[in-house]
Amino acid sequence: MNVVTRGFTGRRRDDPKLPPGQYLEHSFPVLQAGPTPSVRTSSWTFTITTETGAATVWNWQQLTALPAEDITTDIHCVTSWSKLGTRWRGVSLDTLLDGISTGAGYVMARSYGGYTTNLPLPDLRDGKAWVAYEYDGAPLPAEHGGPARLLVPHLYFWKSAKWLTGLDLMTEDKRGFWERLGYHDYGDPWREQRYQGD
Amino acid sequence: MARAAVPGRLTWLAATVSATRAETATARTLALDVPGWPGHLAGQHVTVRLTAADGYTAQRSYSVASAPAPGRLELTVQRVADGEVSSYLGGEARPGDQFELRGPIGGWFAWHPGDPRPPLLLAGGSGIVPLMSVIRTHAEVNSKVPLQLIYSVRTPADVIYAHELSERLRVSPVTAVTFLFTRMTRWSRTPARPDAEITVPGEAPANGNGERDATPRQPPLRGYAGRLSAEVLAKTAFPPALNPAVFACGPSGFVEAASALLIAAGYPPDSIKTERFGPN
Repeated sequence: MNVVTRGFTGRRRDDPKLPPGQYLEHSFPVLQAGPTPSVRTSSWTFTITTETGAATVWNWQQLTALPAEDITTDIHCVTSWSKLGTRWRGVSLDTLLDGISTGAGYVMARSYGGYTTNLPLPDLRDGKAWVAYEYDGAPLPAEHGGPARLLVPHLYFWKSAKWLTGLDLMTEDKRGFWERLGYHDYGDPWREQRYQGD
Repeated sequence: MARAAVPGRLTWLAATVSATRAETATARTLALDVPGWPGHLAGQHVTVRLTAADGYTAQRSYSVASAPAPGRLELTVQRVADGEVSSYLGGEARPGDQFELRGPIGGWFAWHPGDPRPPLLLAGGSGIVPLMSVIRTHAEVNSKVPLQLIYSVRTPADVIYAHELSERLRVSPVTAVTFLFTRMTRWSRTPARPDAEITVPGEAPANGNGERDATPRQPPLRGYAGRLSAEVLAKTAFPPALNPAVFACGPSGFVEAASALLIAAGYPPDSIKTERFGPN
């Protein structure tokens, strides 16, 4: 189908950094399903649990003592805004997964407040994903997922779970919160995988 | 009407504008005929895709304003400065025009008419739109479950659906509406005081839309001057003991402030569903 809309010309900012169907946003909108949870770093923990149930736990001091990276990246929200050149600091998932023995192919990210989202494990490896705790040179604000969120910028941003508290490694894919409500299991913005079936 | 838990592929549907209606100086409603539209749950949204003659496309999300009905729906669009899509939908679009949409999307921020909990709706600005779908659905199914709306806007002229809300209040003994006018006084942006309830006389807002259908004169509206406060919440909203289903929608700052007040007042976080738009 190709419906041409009379009277619409559009703004036409053809930026090669913008995936199909996205527009450029300069502010930083918030997308979330419920109230912002209040998570203190003094009680914060992050746990990676393998498919056999083996758990590795970090507290805030342990996480922030790990080697950190500065990341400058474009982010793409499924609601069709993109923000270019955002600056983050956090720990690579390569560092966190190092030494964890697993045959799992998938991950369920878990958040304070109950939010979940599923991803393939390879998408968290090889310098593609971080546990981020700074945004734009300052501690990550709660409404943007602080104290720490998952950062997987090559997928739509709902995969970058806010208020991250754990990753459950899974041998079979299961759907997370938005995925059960019809959003795509993978969510590649360059293939415009917004909803199931895209 | 409700989508299955695991919906199938969301296909693009052709929508034809059947009518437009000015709501305020900057908001207007588009009534759409959409063959194949399955209906929706109150609170859900659609993605609109506009295509220019040379194939350039732009897409944005808009909440559905109407009660569920197969084959048609209404969107209410607040024109935003420099809004690529909202300036078309809110200004240029006229009956007979066509574009594409798909949905319904978002089964979380959704009200099910069978839910026995009383809906407590908190709207900031054009955040009223999906909540109006709840109010209209509540009316259409003739629900006996009490419903409350707390609607925060800058000035009385910014109230969308003012006449329909007034009429709803008149005919529905289970519906309550409280307006908050955040820029009514020189004490603007201060928390509203519950001892200062006011009635704003009806007025004719400026019609900046250039529409043939003139913006209607606003009816008298009762509420408070100032922002949502713990005191006004305590005086007007269903208490936590009534276990209301809370829906808060509006700009991120409004939703953040409203959620914090609700949680401080003892509403369980998992009883509060939020939808935000715009920058924070």
